[in-house]
Amino acid sequence: MNQRQYIHTTAFDRQNLAFSRLLRVKRFGARSLIYALLVVGSAMYSVPFFWMVTTSLKTMGDILRFPPVWIPIPPRLQNYLAVWDVLPFNRFLANTAVLTGLSTLGALLSCSVVAFGFARLRFRGRDFFFTLLLATMMLPSQVTLIPQFALFRWLGWLNSLKPLIVPAFFGNAFYIFLLRQFFLGLPRELDEAALIDGAGTFDIFWRVILPLAKPALSTVAIFSFIFNWNDFFRPLIYLTTPDKMTLAVGLQLLRGRHGGDYNILMAGSTLAILPVMVVFFFTQKTFVQGIALTGLKG
Amino acid sequence: MEVTRDAFRGIRLGGKLRVDITGYLFISPWLIGFLVFTLGPFLFSFYLGFTQWELLSPPEWVGLANYQRLLVDEKFRVSLYNTGFYALFHVPGLVILSFLLAVLLNNQVKGRAIFRTLFYIPSIVPAVASALLWVWILHPQFGLLNVGLRFLGIEGPNWLGSTRWVKPSIVLMSFWSIGNTVIIYLAGLQSIPQSLYDAAEVDGANGWNKLLHVTVPMVTPTIFFSTVMGVIGSLQVFTAAYVLTEGGPGYASYFYVLYLYFTGFRWFNMSYASVLAWVLFLLTLTLTLIQLRISNRWVYYEAALE
Repeated sequence: MNQRQYIHTTAFDRQNLAFSRLLRVKRFGARSLIYALLVVGSAMYSVPFFWMVTTSLKTMGDILRFPPVWIPIPPRLQNYLAVWDVLPFNRFLANTAVLTGLSTLGALLSCSVVAFGFARLRFRGRDFFFTLLLATMMLPSQVTLIPQFALFRWLGWLNSLKPLIVPAFFGNAFYIFLLRQFFLGLPRELDEAALIDGAGTFDIFWRVILPLAKPALSTVAIFSFIFNWNDFFRPLIYLTTPDKMTLAVGLQLLRGRHGGDYNILMAGSTLAILPVMVVFFFTQKTFVQGIALTGLKG
Repeated sequence: MEVTRDAFRGIRLGGKLRVDITGYLFISPWLIGFLVFTLGPFLFSFYLGFTQWELLSPPEWVGLANYQRLLVDEKFRVSLYNTGFYALFHVPGLVILSFLLAVLLNNQVKGRAIFRTLFYIPSIVPAVASALLWVWILHPQFGLLNVGLRFLGIEGPNWLGSTRWVKPSIVLMSFWSIGNTVIIYLAGLQSIPQSLYDAAEVDGANGWNKLLHVTVPMVTPTIFFSTVMGVIGSLQVFTAAYVLTEGGPGYASYFYVLYLYFTGFRWFNMSYASVLAWVLFLLTLTLTLIQLRISNRWVYYEAALE
């Protein structure tokens, strides 16, 4: 401020100003620290990806070197082709796509129907069964694993995708819970209006509630996609020949064939990760909303 | 009179029954699935624990033989120890790190969304791909970690090949995929009303005070949730060990579910595997109930006070 303005300030004002300047510097300092931490932290979390991709483009000679070759020139795309040579990668992709697609469809259909029942309909035993549903979420899957395996073996479904896809059409506790929470938030006036118009219960479900549930359904779809695409344990148990395997199981075969060839291993990993990344970039918002939903109610 | 009353009751019964049937119809997919894929197997695996079954011939009743074997089973003890070790370091690390990252990400900085994405993406990567990547990162000579350490003048150990370092390595690896939990904490942080912070400021609180006395208490439900889920998840650690080390070196990374998997699907001892599964279930249940019980003392629910 100029001299004229200064004359009209009081000592109190001046002290206040100095203090707020100090605060601003402090706040700036804190801001910078936070920013620095974020940059360092996110760099640490991202470096592995960078390392993976650059390794996938190197020759073995470049890999086994110190100091390391940070960026391979020229990039060796043959590594990616090598992955295809060793493993029936196309089959893996196709199997994984089928598994993921059908399971997600099954989840959406069955879980929305069940969630509607729990959210909108009043029937005796409803709360008991819902509590039971919640309890099953805490059950380790290993407890039911062996008998399920025996069941599928008895049905002749081993080494196929059926044991992985069929159960998805019978609901999933977590998705049912999510959808029910969402349905509970929809105003009952809509149901009542439809009832007055002569709609049956199923009509209300199919024509009124479901179309409004797109955000929650998208969340379930994405969760299901990620889970099934990445699932390792179940496919490991049920899929025994390479032509039936999914990406997750097939990928670790690579280690058997090319154990020491880290460039090819990394190429395989990159290929397995790419689809998930792509899906994520297109659906980020729904993703984050969905995760937040799960934690809030917990 | 009687007829009317009965008729009336009949209509009411009809109405209520109809509603009941509709309700059950809607939840039937889950109900059927529950009976066939959950309850049935649950009970059957309990039964299997008292038999000897290796798939080739029908199960044969052996009473408590499997449980007696548990008591002297070395692999059982080792795998429990390894899993406990993992849980002991993974869960607190998960909670603290997720909380700190969420606090960092909760600030109004430029590019906040990008940072959030960067921390989150590793958690959606297929576990197998991630494991392979980490095999390479932890490579003793040319892996990223030891290369980085070498630049600092430190010679890093053979992470996955040393009985001393293999478990810490797997714990470290697990912290790369905590993005899920960070988002949950973020949501928890964002639901804390600003009015609490303002009130604290009026009382003369500085940044540190606010963190300790407003943020942490208000976020205890989230901490509780992530702890319970973290423990349940830790007890089931599998993929990392399977891909990275298959339990080695020696039995240093021989985790419980890995042992269960080998028992049932390598050696086809289905009955013993069922026993192992049931022990896991009881352990999980006990730990969860204990945590639930203690939670009253330290978890603060805003809604409860209203």
